[in-house]
Amino acid sequence: MQELSQTAFLVAATLKVLAVFAGVMGVVALLTLLERRIAAFIQDRLGPNRVGPFGILQPVADGLKNFLKEETMPATAAQPYFLLGPLLSLVPALVTFAVIPFASPLPTPWGVVDMIVADVPIGILYILALSSLAVYGVVMGGWASNNKYSFLGGLRASAQMVSYEVALGLSVVVVLIVAGNVTLTEMVWRQQQMGLWFAFPLSLAFILFVISAFAETNRLPFDMPEAESELVGGFHTEYSGMKYAMYPMAEYAHMLTSSALMATLFFGGWDIPFWRGDDAFRHEGIWIQGFDGEGSPVPAVLAWWKTILTFGSFAVKTSFFILLYMWVRWTVPRFRYDQIMQLGWKVLLPTALAYVMVVAVTVLSLDTVGVPYGFVWGAILTMVSALCTAVFLWVVDRGRILSGAAYGLRERYRIQARTLGREAVTPFGVGGSGTTA
Amino acid sequence: MAQILFYAMAVVALGSAVAMVTRKSPVASLLYMVTTLASLAVIFVLFEAHFLAAIQVIVYAGAIMVLFLFVIMLLNLGHDYRKDLKGGLAAVLSLGVSGALAGLLVSHFRASAPEPFAGRIRDSGILESLIAEKGAVGAMARPLYVDYVVAFEVTGILLLVAVVGALALAKRRV
Repeated sequence: MQELSQTAFLVAATLKVLAVFAGVMGVVALLTLLERRIAAFIQDRLGPNRVGPFGILQPVADGLKNFLKEETMPATAAQPYFLLGPLLSLVPALVTFAVIPFASPLPTPWGVVDMIVADVPIGILYILALSSLAVYGVVMGGWASNNKYSFLGGLRASAQMVSYEVALGLSVVVVLIVAGNVTLTEMVWRQQQMGLWFAFPLSLAFILFVISAFAETNRLPFDMPEAESELVGGFHTEYSGMKYAMYPMAEYAHMLTSSALMATLFFGGWDIPFWRGDDAFRHEGIWIQGFDGEGSPVPAVLAWWKTILTFGSFAVKTSFFILLYMWVRWTVPRFRYDQIMQLGWKVLLPTALAYVMVVAVTVLSLDTVGVPYGFVWGAILTMVSALCTAVFLWVVDRGRILSGAAYGLRERYRIQARTLGREAVTPFGVGGSGTTA
Repeated sequence: MAQILFYAMAVVALGSAVAMVTRKSPVASLLYMVTTLASLAVIFVLFEAHFLAAIQVIVYAGAIMVLFLFVIMLLNLGHDYRKDLKGGLAAVLSLGVSGALAGLLVSHFRASAPEPFAGRIRDSGILESLIAEKGAVGAMARPLYVDYVVAFEVTGILLLVAVVGALALAKRRV
């Protein structure tokens, strides 16, 4: 399997850019339909099903409608920034997909083409950098509208995204410690080598990452910047037509990217579980499947059908997380703003910091003892993480869901004490003053 | 190709830096500052300093600029900024100081014409082999956390002191 020549590389890169861009835009269009259908399903309705079979052409109709609508420009808006807002939020959302590997390498007559638009050496840092730019669009739009609701939405967006970026970054740090590098191709490879997806050995990081990613994409229960019930439409109140449409497009593109990122970081990327045949990584210039007992590399067997299968695997995992996003949106009510800030700074940040320490110590001691990187290594880390996750869930829960029945009993005592107007004496101790009711 | 990109980015960086200083609206100068920092990041990439480029965008363009935005919006400077501008003496003073600094830079580089250091490193291929061996972050981590760990920790403490100081100042007003 020879290297790609300069021309072949350019052709392959161009094709990949076009395919990924078209793919992302197509999926974003379909996601708007999917969201409405799922909303309808959860609310026991039918949803849009008139345009084309199953309503599949609804996004086209929506797009046409948005193009034909009048573009309004508020008289007091700061014009250049008002126009810049939607652009600034859409562009970072679209380009972040470039560093995510979406299938195993494809062998062609001209050489092996890896299925990633740009395998930059900084990998995940590129995504973090660009998603920190994404907040500009929302803030700029909210400020430039010169409308107090929009402005509040923009301010909330900036505060929320800055707060949750910290927890997001720290939960990624844990993955970096185990993977040993920042490129996403290497993360996929390390998960294949371990035989365990990072969602298991790094379960707490996975939970923290999912929560922070919800906040970063401004999806319910973290959609404070929009918050229809209190801020009219939040930062995009004044937008109409295509300028408005770019904001939802950015949101869905962001959602797609972060779903793909969750799949790559914690669910093995394009890896097919329980099968070593698909493993492939570029090691010192050759594609290898793994190392044999003596530590010498075993060459990978690449095939076009493996590329298709692994792409299917990647698509299934990504769709799972997209469904999770939508499922949560139509199930969980919105947080209060101060609750969001408390969760970010007082719960997620300290937890993530402590967890980084725990994982670092565990990894260091495993390496010092001399356990080779592999399934056993991962299993030990899984147990440590499971312990951390259990403690985290127990503390965060504060006896609400996990200890359900007992909590119900305690609550009954508290209500009883309140109606009687005295201290509640329960089997769990003294609590719930009756006078404060 | 790299040459063309370098000069294009250098022009963008310098141009938006000048625009950043001359614009009257703080939001406009803010956007120009982001442009300057982003084009500097591209120049870092051209010199194979991928990690530095990413950090440049994350730290400056991300965190600090968002805080800038906060300050500007909370003080409501965005819309009626004209009365905040200082004229006359302040302008002369700032021009004088920046002129002196520029003169100092020019005289320094005149005296010891520097070799194109960054270009030399890129052409020697040291960085490429380092990145291939340890990854873009690994190449940076060893000097930072092993060779210069004391300096690194001292810098960290310095920043911590600054944060505590800012908090103490802010608390008094509440």
